[in-house]
Amino acid sequence: MEFGFTTAAYVVAAVLFILSLGGLSGQESAKRAVWYGIAGMALAVAATIIGPGSGYWLLSLILIAGGGAIGYQLATKVQMTQMPELVAAMHSLVGLAAVFVGLIAHIQIGNVATADPETFGTFAKLIAKKSGVEISILRVELFLGIFIGAVTFTGSVIAYGKLAGKVDSAAKKLPGGHMLNASAAALSLICLVWYFNTGGFFPLFLMTLAALFIGYHLIMGIGGADMPVVVSMLNSYSGWAAAAIGFSLGNDLLIVVGALVGSSGAILSYIMCKAMNRSFVSVILGGFGGAAGPQMAVEGEQVAIDADGVATALNEADSVIIIPGYGMAVAQAQSSVAELVRKLRAKGKNVRFAIHPVAGRLPGHMNVLLAEAKVPYDIVMEMDEINDDFPSTDVAIVIGSNDIVNPAAQDDPNSPIAGMPVLECWKAKQVFVSKRGQGTGYSGIENPLFFKDNTRMFYGDAKASLDTLLPKID
Amino acid sequence: MKIGAPKETFEGEARVAMTPESALQIQKLGHSCVIETGAGALAGFSDKAYKDAGVEVVKTAAALWKAADVVVKVRQPDATESKRLREGQTLISFFNPAANEAGMEAAKKAGARVIAMEMVPRISRAQKMDALSSMANIAGYRAVIEAGNNFGRFFTGQVTAAGKVPPAKVLVVGAGVAGLAAIGTATSLGAITYAFDVRPEVAEQVESMGAEFVFLDFEEEQADGSTSGGYASVSSPEFREAQLAKFRELAPEIDIVITTALIPNREAPELWTEDMVKAMKPGSVIVDLAAEKGGNCKLTVMDEKIVTDNGVTIIGYTDFPSRMGAQASTLYSNNIRHMLFDLTPEKDGVINHNMEDDVIRGATVTFDKEITFPPPPPKIAAIAAAPKKAKAPELTHEEKAAKEVTEFKQQTKTQVTLLAVGAVLLLGVGLVAPASFMQHFIVFVLAVFVGFQVIWGVAHSLHTPLMAVTNAISSIIILGALMQIGSGSFLVILLAALAVFMTGINIFGGFLVTRRMLAMFQKS
Repeated sequence: MEFGFTTAAYVVAAVLFILSLGGLSGQESAKRAVWYGIAGMALAVAATIIGPGSGYWLLSLILIAGGGAIGYQLATKVQMTQMPELVAAMHSLVGLAAVFVGLIAHIQIGNVATADPETFGTFAKLIAKKSGVEISILRVELFLGIFIGAVTFTGSVIAYGKLAGKVDSAAKKLPGGHMLNASAAALSLICLVWYFNTGGFFPLFLMTLAALFIGYHLIMGIGGADMPVVVSMLNSYSGWAAAAIGFSLGNDLLIVVGALVGSSGAILSYIMCKAMNRSFVSVILGGFGGAAGPQMAVEGEQVAIDADGVATALNEADSVIIIPGYGMAVAQAQSSVAELVRKLRAKGKNVRFAIHPVAGRLPGHMNVLLAEAKVPYDIVMEMDEINDDFPSTDVAIVIGSNDIVNPAAQDDPNSPIAGMPVLECWKAKQVFVSKRGQGTGYSGIENPLFFKDNTRMFYGDAKASLDTLLPKID
Repeated sequence: MKIGAPKETFEGEARVAMTPESALQIQKLGHSCVIETGAGALAGFSDKAYKDAGVEVVKTAAALWKAADVVVKVRQPDATESKRLREGQTLISFFNPAANEAGMEAAKKAGARVIAMEMVPRISRAQKMDALSSMANIAGYRAVIEAGNNFGRFFTGQVTAAGKVPPAKVLVVGAGVAGLAAIGTATSLGAITYAFDVRPEVAEQVESMGAEFVFLDFEEEQADGSTSGGYASVSSPEFREAQLAKFRELAPEIDIVITTALIPNREAPELWTEDMVKAMKPGSVIVDLAAEKGGNCKLTVMDEKIVTDNGVTIIGYTDFPSRMGAQASTLYSNNIRHMLFDLTPEKDGVINHNMEDDVIRGATVTFDKEITFPPPPPKIAAIAAAPKKAKAPELTHEEKAAKEVTEFKQQTKTQVTLLAVGAVLLLGVGLVAPASFMQHFIVFVLAVFVGFQVIWGVAHSLHTPLMAVTNAISSIIILGALMQIGSGSFLVILLAALAVFMTGINIFGGFLVTRRMLAMFQKS
């Protein structure tokens, strides 16, 4: 096959990938967009397999098919509430693959120096043609690829563990804290210089270990509620790793796709950080910043209410806004919520959802859960769309969210979350908060919403509470 | 414990501190209830109703005071009642401790514990026991009703076949609980309602009740209500002048004036002067809810209704809550019940008079042979200090345009700077790096650029599918493995095979799960 054919296929594939991402601007076009992505991937893989330089294509196909079967199993079995775990797990695979491909490239460089030019594959031929400076750049590229890939790998594994509840989701740091990360990074930098000069395997290996440690330790230090940022950051990293590998292999498609994915993840992280009014650095370095001064004392008391009370209020209400959070996902309450919405809507009430950008553990997590429960997407609103409607709303129901509805973010300049955009549900005539107990949210901040006069606490597991509530809605 | 409510001895007092309904609730706390015969008669609760609620009815006040461990009352106890207090007994009642030295001494001597309902601190936790507020609410409502009773016209404006009726204009001075209740009642009757208060922060509340807040042209920092527990404080002479001038201006057109201005522990301020009364139209009505403290209008006669020479009716009743015996009793008995609830934390019928509790401590005026009045200031401020809000000045059209231009310029500036920095960096890289690198680098930069442009357009609700799909396509790294699997040593093949396998999982898993998710998004 001609080299030109492969390149042409790559161009088409790159266009398809761009269309695939662009199509996600709307729910309907997205259904088409995913096919663009699939077609692009199929084209790219097919062109590479029949293209120059690859061998063992049967083995490759078998491996892809094997991996595909596992992927298929995963994709069909996974619960929508487990999406964050799945995404994190898949990131780790990309990271590890990037490490392997980088190592292969390193081995190839070594082989070129020693082996007979006749047996070279494409990549090796490419290397053989390169000048000294180019080889050096190549080393930097693959070094970066491996570094980012390794950070992505362990980081994603830890993120997966935290999201799946296998690792304690509280922020934890080894003694030494960020100094450990900094010294590991410094070590990697030294290895880079070393590797740049010698091209030996040992500095590469040392750096890989350091990078693996950074990934582990960095994510261990980040708490559960910051996971949306972490997952999108890892998403971004997996893209940059692919791009770096693309540079070292001289493959433009890898570069293009890597850059697309990298920027996508970066934008998501940016959106998430903005929604929490925190800088990216402060999220990644973990933990909330200390309060700037004494926080406003919360006074009043939390008044509990039972299902009958909530049912009466809902039966009388004309407009209802539901604010779901991670608690809804934990309690698997989305179908009960959807059922409640169906009943209320059947009575002609205006029921909508208000979604905060960082609700849940993954960007857009709540939307997917609600979609799974067959809640029509046109009643699921973003924060900016719905925040002005709270004053004209009869009942706001908060299900398993805390910090995203905390009025202290607006009222108390000393609060650690001051300035974070929040859903102003307390402006509704009545607010019901479905919550398991009286504890504080992830950030450990007392929520004055729970003490407001128009707030009633509906204690209990979200799903159980909603199920007792459902028969009472007539 | 036995909770008892005697018949009120004060002349004309219709309220009672325990209703059959509240008795049922009190019994749920493990207490038993007792009542003097006929105590609820004026409020419309018969002895039979009490008996049906499980309340013991005793014949005389003496027997009741003897039987009850906790006596609940409305009015402050008179001399006879004070004598009946005994050691270990608790009295929950209005007590007026600031001006009832004798009563406190008597209670102290007897060793009784007295909880004065007017001393319940103004914090949200204690709102359910705030009898002053619940009574003020009734007073505000009743004030409008009394005014209507003495006012010869409709409240609401009407256009009828027989002619046009202008709506009544009501001015409410002082927007406390009573004032707000009056505003609500007057607006719901259809009157055009104006309201004034020295605390500018209540303007929002006033407007939410449907009245118009009367603003003064006066530049002075008013004392924030939060420093005085939400009550008004004394205003400066200049402010008072401005206020009176405004009232003078309003007086001729106002039909009904309801004054509720009180400053704690002070004579009521004079707000509606004689010349304003003279300026009013005949048939107008003034209801002075501050009559007990001398009145906001100096012509007011306490507990009486007078008509001035120019035909203005001035009502100075002080017993508005009692005039609505049934309603007032229901609310007051609920306040009492909530107090008992806090006094019986275990719900086991045992009173735990916890002097550590802010609310109970604040309301207790005698305790174990000691006078505990006045209480120490509560640990938490009643009302959060209102944040000083600087209102953004309304921009004129030119200013807006100018602002837009500067913003645009600013944006252009940042963009140009970014571009310039980017270009310089690229040039810098280009100077050192070989051409082959630069080729790929241009592709990379363009791809990042396209990525940023495209991703901003992605709907927020599709962020999870976006992550899944980017995940799938980042497995494009499979190409790297595929290109190399055929070349080199066993180690290379092994690593490449592993990479292909893993990315295979990812490609299929990522795309399939994306499809699954997207299929779920449905329009209603």
